Amino acid sequence: MTEAVKTLKVTIDNITIDVPAGTTVLQAARMIGGDVVPPAMCYYSKLQGSGGKCRTCLVEVSKGSEADPRPMPKLVASCRTGVMDGMEVKNMTSNRVGDARNGVVEFLLLNHPLDCPVCDQAGECHLQDLGYEHGKQGTRYEFKRRTFEKHDLGPYIQLHMTRCILCYRCVFTADQLTEKRVHGILSRGDHAEIATYIEKSLDNNFIGNVIDVCPVGALTDKTFRFKNRVWFTKPVLAHRNCSCCSGKVTLWQRGEEVLRVTARKDQWGEVEEWICNECRFEKKKTSDWIIEGAAPVNRHSVISQGHYEHTIKPAETFSAVMDGRNPQLLMDIHTVSEVNDPAIDLSQVNGPATSALYAKTDKKH
Amino acid sequence: MSKKLLLEKAHIEGIRHFDVYRREGGYAAVEKALKMEPGGIVEEVKKSGLRGRGGAGFPSGMKWSFLAKPEGVPRYLVCNADESEPGTFKDRYLMEFLPHLLIEGLIVSSFALGSNRTYIYIRGEYAWIVGILEQAIAEAKQQGFLGKNILGSGFDCEIYVQRGAGAYICGEETALIESLEGKRGNPRIKPPFPAIKGLWDCPTVVNNVETLAAVVPIMNMGGEEYAKIGIGRSTGTKLISACGNINKPGVYEIDMTISVEEFIYSDEYCGGIPNGKKLKACIPGGSSVPILPANLLLKTAKGETRYMNYESLADGGFATGSMMGSGGFIVLDEDQCIVKNTLTLARFYRHESCGQCSPCREGTGWMEKILHKIDAGKGEMSDIDLLWDIQRKIEGNTICPLGDAAAWPVAAAIRHFRDEFEWHINNPELCLTKNYGLAHYADEIHVPA
Amino acid sequence: MIKFSEDKLKEVQAMIDRYPEGKQKSALIPLLHLAQDEFGGWLSPETMDYVASLLHIEPIEVYEVATFYSMYNLKPVGKHVFEVCHTGPCMLRGSDDIISYIRQKLDINVGETTADGMFTLKTVECLGACGYAPMMQLGMHYKEHLTPEKVDAIINACRNN
Ligand SMILES: Cc1cc2nc3c(=O)[nH]c(=O)nc-3n(C[C@H](O)[C@H](O)[C@H](O)COP(=O)(O)O)c2cc1C
Ligand code: SF4
Ligand code: SF4
Ligand code: FES
Ligand code: FES
Repeated sequence: MTEAVKTLKVTIDNITIDVPAGTTVLQAARMIGGDVVPPAMCYYSKLQGSGGKCRTCLVEVSKGSEADPRPMPKLVASCRTGVMDGMEVKNMTSNRVGDARNGVVEFLLLNHPLDCPVCDQAGECHLQDLGYEHGKQGTRYEFKRRTFEKHDLGPYIQLHMTRCILCYRCVFTADQLTEKRVHGILSRGDHAEIATYIEKSLDNNFIGNVIDVCPVGALTDKTFRFKNRVWFTKPVLAHRNCSCCSGKVTLWQRGEEVLRVTARKDQWGEVEEWICNECRFEKKKTSDWIIEGAAPVNRHSVISQGHYEHTIKPAETFSAVMDGRNPQLLMDIHTVSEVNDPAIDLSQVNGPATSALYAKTDKKH
Repeated sequence: MSKKLLLEKAHIEGIRHFDVYRREGGYAAVEKALKMEPGGIVEEVKKSGLRGRGGAGFPSGMKWSFLAKPEGVPRYLVCNADESEPGTFKDRYLMEFLPHLLIEGLIVSSFALGSNRTYIYIRGEYAWIVGILEQAIAEAKQQGFLGKNILGSGFDCEIYVQRGAGAYICGEETALIESLEGKRGNPRIKPPFPAIKGLWDCPTVVNNVETLAAVVPIMNMGGEEYAKIGIGRSTGTKLISACGNINKPGVYEIDMTISVEEFIYSDEYCGGIPNGKKLKACIPGGSSVPILPANLLLKTAKGETRYMNYESLADGGFATGSMMGSGGFIVLDEDQCIVKNTLTLARFYRHESCGQCSPCREGTGWMEKILHKIDAGKGEMSDIDLLWDIQRKIEGNTICPLGDAAAWPVAAAIRHFRDEFEWHINNPELCLTKNYGLAHYADEIHVPA
Repeated sequence: MIKFSEDKLKEVQAMIDRYPEGKQKSALIPLLHLAQDEFGGWLSPETMDYVASLLHIEPIEVYEVATFYSMYNLKPVGKHVFEVCHTGPCMLRGSDDIISYIRQKLDINVGETTADGMFTLKTVECLGACGYAPMMQLGMHYKEHLTPEKVDAIINACRNN
């Protein structure tokens, strides 16, 4: 016997949709798709208890429900607000939301090192996307940015705490996917950080997934074979028979080399199926995998600028192209760009980094 | 002399002990309550018009009636004794001198709400008060007022004291619940509210110490009689902890009909400002509420006398009014610097932010840094507008009201004392050795007819 | 290996018994106070791991809590810790002067411990004694209405016991 699920009507930016009871405003917006979807930096549909923290998904509820049409006085986090029947929500159409989101983006970037040129996440970083879409140019912050003591999380996972936005996703992941959580949020307020307290390595079998859930470059794959830029790699879907996970992954290749293995992600950047550490960290040969074909690339992603689907695969492996050399650093951005002088540590610059900083290396004058 | 309902017996020798407290009429409220229906007690509290004394002023009877009562699920009452809002030290006084009054209020309230396990969450620094409360609990239990089958009524109740460990945020009710569960004091995202899902996911009521103590006189005199004291929706009496530049700092019980002027200058209360100095400003309800210059404090923008009650203190909204808040009354004399005062408060909120949500975590630190810069004579004019913009982007956009509490003091300081900020910026050297002084902050305000 | 005495273990059990079955994690905050008092005035990783084992929780759950609350010392401190409040209301009543006086008297900065390990000076935020300012917390108790003379007397009393 099937129980009739109650459906509720909700209107977001003038688009009306019926959703099952229990749906959040954010989920409803995702059902509609397009521009009405608020950005979400901390919410993760597959992690229980996530959301509510980053405040990027704030929306205006201009009508509470059919039964109680009063507007909600404050903006609400769409990821944690349930749809009521007859609710009307404004996202893109609300100036208040635009203004508040602008503020949130500024807050999130306040202490961020802005070291994108040397960050492994660059190109697939949700904070970068957020900054482009909702931020203002330049920062009004003129103080020294926050720094943290370095912690080593072991052989698989690299932590860059200065980039962390404290979304708590990695904590929920460790809680919900592994038997034993060894990392967490320590200290409070603006000193809060991801750490293990005493050096411990994160090596629980499913812990590698924290890399995929991290919206920024705070947790990255230490085994990423070359310090590459994701937009030079080609994502392909692949799978293998794995005894502990689905074995369905995305391989990030350069030629025939497997540079990195990640879980597959949906259009919201969320992992479709969790993968185990063995698949992620130990299977770095193309022969370990059955290749399914090119991975669909999100239209928003900078990776899509490469249009890999239509280019001709190089016949040789990468090392053949490089005359047998296997460079550690596939491409040092500084060899082709003078913009980011490696002698200047961007994270140590107080206030915005401007062209004046690079005046000395500017050869045009 | 205004009527005292809570502190009347505070100075009786030995009142901390059961015998003396009982001899003075204590525990009559428990005897009366246990003969009533729990719902009847909730009704009395509703009739009394009692409003939460923890800061928000929410009607207590209504809050109690929201408590979910699912079959077979325990319900909890938690007493909020975290008292950490700067300027506030009234609950401490009540617990230190009249522990049995709180215990009595807790027993009545636990019975009304059906809580068989009630916790007092007390700030960790009040370590010595833990002993006083535990002593009172032990005495009450020995006399059959706590434990199993209280006074043969069939009602069981235990009260436990839980000590915090230094975190203002644990005064926020859901952070308090998290802390009581042995976790970091991160406020929860609401809904669900504690009345539905609170301590260990069970329906929970969190009330302030003073609120729960006030249940005793309400029981004794009846809700209607209690409501006759005070004025309008400010019924009963309120404890005010007065501090800063006054002659007689301390805790006062007022009925809410006296004027602010009387409270500051009469010898019954603060006793005026020391050394013949003049009143410059006041934060009337704990550090988070808007600061007011002397002229707007004593009179409303309409030129009417301002009184010490919820409505009058809030008259004019945030533009020209403030709030009753927790009753922490902080007075600043003519020699005080508004920039410095705002800086210490901004530092406080930065220090106490739990760090969960980005506007509060990042914004509080940013505001502190800018205020520090201005205080150090290094400010720029654009900093004032920047501060205003930051506080505006924190307020209302955070998980819990600490974000608002951090934004309001900065907003109000700029709103009313902008010229003092500008003076600091225009006089970078002078401001290090001299204060702006009283300026025109006590001048009569022109009221348009 | 550190361990509570039998008496203290009874106290621990009494703490756990205040909560319903299975909710023993609620005892964490009081238990950390007890452990800090018992094991040298601060919480070493060893102490925290021991507390975790007593409550059957993961060590990280203890670290998360211990680093959140300001009353736990994560590093060794002096025998007597002066925690002077410097929030608004205390500042209005001259807490800055008291802090400078103590600094000068003990010849240490805020956050430091004297070479003999006797005194640590900390500044703290409002302790709920604003009407009795300036003030400081010393162990279990508050020292209020501080003046330079009172500070001298407190320092002497500490030295003498
Ligand atoms: C940051 C913050 C701190 C708070 N601190 C306290 C406190 O120390 N004591 C208190 O009773 N209420 C405090 N509150 C209010 C509580 O959340 C809650 O509203 C109150 O305990 C309810 O009790 P009442 O209805 O009896 O006032 C605080 C609220 C916030 C947002
Ligand atoms: S490390 Fe990444 S996933 Fe973890 S809290 Fe920080 S930003 Fe979120
Ligand atoms: S507003 Fe501040 S204290 Fe409240 S949840 Fe957010 S970060 Fe924590
Ligand atoms: S995604 Fe909703 S608050 Fe972060
Ligand atoms: S401000 Fe110092 S005790 Fe409150």
